[in-house]
Amino acid sequence: MSIEKELQVKIGLAEMLKGGVIMDVTNADQAKIAQDAGAVAVMALERIPAQIRQQGGVARMSDPKIIRSIQKVVTIPVMAKCRIGHFAEAQVLQALGVDFIDESEVLTPADEEYHVDKFSFKVPFVCGCRDLGEALRRIAEGAALIRTKGEAGTGNIVEAVRHMRAVQSGIRRLTLLGNEELVTEGKKLGAPVELLRQIKKSGKLPVPNFSAGGVATPADASLMVQLGAESVFVGSGIFMSSDPAKRAKAIVSAVTHCQDFDLIARISEDLGDPMPGIDIATLKEEEKMAARGW
Amino acid sequence: MTIGVLALQGDFARHIRMIEGLAAKAVEVKTKATLHSSDGLIIPGGESTTLAKLLHKHHLWDQVVQFGRTKPIYGTCAGLILLGTSPILPNLDAMGLIDIAVQRNAYGRQIDSFVANLELHLPDQKVAFEGVFIRAPKITGFGKSVQPLAWHDGNVVLAESDRILVSTFHPELTDDPAIHSYFIRQVAASMQHRDIQGAA
Repeated sequence: MSIEKELQVKIGLAEMLKGGVIMDVTNADQAKIAQDAGAVAVMALERIPAQIRQQGGVARMSDPKIIRSIQKVVTIPVMAKCRIGHFAEAQVLQALGVDFIDESEVLTPADEEYHVDKFSFKVPFVCGCRDLGEALRRIAEGAALIRTKGEAGTGNIVEAVRHMRAVQSGIRRLTLLGNEELVTEGKKLGAPVELLRQIKKSGKLPVPNFSAGGVATPADASLMVQLGAESVFVGSGIFMSSDPAKRAKAIVSAVTHCQDFDLIARISEDLGDPMPGIDIATLKEEEKMAARGW
Repeated sequence: MTIGVLALQGDFARHIRMIEGLAAKAVEVKTKATLHSSDGLIIPGGESTTLAKLLHKHHLWDQVVQFGRTKPIYGTCAGLILLGTSPILPNLDAMGLIDIAVQRNAYGRQIDSFVANLELHLPDQKVAFEGVFIRAPKITGFGKSVQPLAWHDGNVVLAESDRILVSTFHPELTDDPAIHSYFIRQVAASMQHRDIQGAA
């Protein structure tokens, strides 16, 4: 297949995941709970972001045994994370047959200058971003799906909102620029001008745009979809809460019916305790995962 | 004419764009009311397990089955899985609106997804078409009521029976409206047929 057709097939899977929730899981039981709750995919992990944050140390690709055990019990797509720039971890994940690779800032970066060349893989990649320039650099490297980073493992939505707003207002700004302004804008954004031209015309990213990092409640999920997220990744928010199955179902409903506020009120009742959460202002700069990658 | 597109999850926006590109009216279907105001329904690609669970949760499953007994439905990929006869999970049956047996993810995982050139044998014309297959199912068997309309590697990939049209691939991911245009013609014919029956 040509690179264009391969990309069409990769973006095709991202399109199928729209309007859904992708849940972080660390074992087969959690994966089943996620699928039963209506998740469109699961992210197979050894530790969820909140645990990585607590335990510290170098965070790496998960044990393949965990990934295989999760692949066995669900019919929905299984994703897994590799470290930024760690193309060998990505090659191993591709060999395991994962359906999507997340080149993720949640793991400790392996390369501080270069991300993985995602065109050289058959498996599609999702990458995080904080603004339009970062989104476009990842798309230029072959990402088939973009997610705003937020601040993983905090249960705090503020960074997810900041990053989604930055991407959306960046897109709106491009649609208003004159053709003669595009090269200079590309230089400022650090992104290829061809992608800018495409967005100026279409008014949207050339790949789907999801949200991640900080969703803990149904209202958080509704907020992100209304701000422009086409699906929502939920990491620690579900399995760090007191009633994961109930909360997972509620978050799925809030994405499907993001503007049905009577329904969101009903499903938000009696969900038990959400994950405790962290105020971003109390995090040291080096503790912020979103700053990893460029 | 209004074409409803089931909008609980999946690439429903691509179908809506396709229908609107053909100058027909499309509505997102998330409720009973929007379903019943539609003259035809598209069940999009997405995750079949998720879609089945959401249809039950929102009490739309039986409504869609009833709809399919009198009005046309087109299902792509996950939609096909829901409309066929093979169980979705051991404890979750499909709708059985078209007599096809289905194997899910029959080509393998995402790395086995592909694009292939097809020839569609529509009743009124033969056309070339680019088939985008994403974690696609296979039709492993079909009854006498089912008419195959396209093949890939010996497998039926587009088929119809009475009011139900199904494809294992995703025409909504291309810019080619041939199949959506065919479905709209089927919906128009079905409306005319119901008008005549209503008048008689």
